[in-house]
Amino acid sequence: MRVVVEGVSKVYGDRAGHAVRALDGIDLAVNTEEFVAVLGPSGCGKSTLLNLIAGLLAPTEGAIWLDGELPPGRAATAMVFQEFALFPWRTVQANVEFGLEEMGLTRDARARRARRYLDMTGLAGFETKYPHELSGGMRQRVGIARALAVEPPVLLMDEPFSALDAQTRQLMQEELLGIWERTRQTIVYVTHNIHEAVYMADRVVVLSRRPGRVLAEVKVELPRPRAEAMLGEPAFVHAVERIWHLIRDQAVQALRE
Amino acid sequence: MTRMAVVNRAAFLTRPEHRGLRVIALVSLLVAWEALARTGRVPVLFLPSPLGVLAEGWEMLRSGELLGHLASSLQRLVLGFALGAAAGVVVGVTVGFFAAAEAVGTPVLAATFPVPKIALLPLLILWLGLGEPSKVAVIALGVFFPMAINTFTGVRQADPLLVRAAVAFGARRWSVIRKVILPSALPMIFAGLRLGAGTALLLLVAAEMIAVESGIGFLILHAGNLMQTTKLMVGIVVLSILGVLSHWSLGRLERLAIPWRVST
Repeated sequence: MRVVVEGVSKVYGDRAGHAVRALDGIDLAVNTEEFVAVLGPSGCGKSTLLNLIAGLLAPTEGAIWLDGELPPGRAATAMVFQEFALFPWRTVQANVEFGLEEMGLTRDARARRARRYLDMTGLAGFETKYPHELSGGMRQRVGIARALAVEPPVLLMDEPFSALDAQTRQLMQEELLGIWERTRQTIVYVTHNIHEAVYMADRVVVLSRRPGRVLAEVKVELPRPRAEAMLGEPAFVHAVERIWHLIRDQAVQALRE
Repeated sequence: MTRMAVVNRAAFLTRPEHRGLRVIALVSLLVAWEALARTGRVPVLFLPSPLGVLAEGWEMLRSGELLGHLASSLQRLVLGFALGAAAGVVVGVTVGFFAAAEAVGTPVLAATFPVPKIALLPLLILWLGLGEPSKVAVIALGVFFPMAINTFTGVRQADPLLVRAAVAFGARRWSVIRKVILPSALPMIFAGLRLGAGTALLLLVAAEMIAVESGIGFLILHAGNLMQTTKLMVGIVVLSILGVLSHWSLGRLERLAIPWRVST
């Protein structure tokens, strides 16, 4: 499924009643089975963009389209949240089954589907645990399994690993890429981490500071499947430098505020 | 060169449990009371001895007198509590979730909440008569308000991120209420049940002092009128036991209903 964002702007009213323009004239297309990272400094509205694509917010201007066939009863998108957003009163298994319940699957079908994605995300044996009993990395596995279980043609990820420590993050990135090699959805992946964006994505969309505009799109010329060894390759280093160059001034300005 | 040992300066902040002390405090209070009563300096009319109260209670239990009063009281209590709690949860969720219901409900609740519910008993008797319904209704009203307000607060405290996550996974209004709002509000709902249990006991006794022939409140009033202080004390002890029991069972129920709570 293809995601098309057409001239989208989003204006918020802040507490004082002033209009704040979070996004300004965003044009963006993410192709079927493409892995696109949306990168930008904090406060550039990249999470807003994701919420707009998920249909959790309405754009002030412009429109968002999902192009492709969707069987009835299927959800087009699913989301993985930075703060995990697991339901604390549900066990791991019940969390993973949440979206399936809303799709109206029978108990058996839900259990079968959950089994598959619990195994895929390395959660076997943790089915009856509650989120508070798990480490951050394991919690986000639940978040990913919950999203994968609805088998969405488009997977939206909002800084999914930024709350994790560096080692766990590295491992989770590799696992996610491994899973994606098998499932191959369209992925829109929001991050503020340049290395992560380049390592994971086919294409990196760089946003400016508020109001968020598309500064550039950088294609990553690295083969799939990605491997840690590629972190030293000229193509990787080159892409990172180019993006850093693009947002350096923005970051400096943000620091001075 | 001198050597200074580093000691734990925060030691006085630790709070040991002192389990033994709890028992000792309660037992010595009873012993002191019993001793005071036995000196004969205080007339039994004013202060019956604990053992005397115990003996009287046993006698009333054997004759069936106590159970009769207890049964009538429990019936009013349970019925009023259940009605008030159920209505409170429904109103609390509705007012907390729907903006229009909040606009209607908040001023009405704010205006009626401060009224001491016992003041409504004469009105309820006018409306519902002297029988059981007016007693049950005043208890229900007393439970309703803390329940409605606590549930409302619980609903409002529901994490917007979780609501958003539920919607992102396809949940509609009713699913959001059932699967996110209600579980989020559950700890506050239980706090409301505890508050309501106290209020219910208070109103039960007050209501049973008007135009009834049975119940713990009637027992206390009647014994007082006849200056049967020992019997009166039996009634008070039974109320204390009822209060402790309801608190304890609500605590057990809460731990069962909220297994995800880290530990309380």
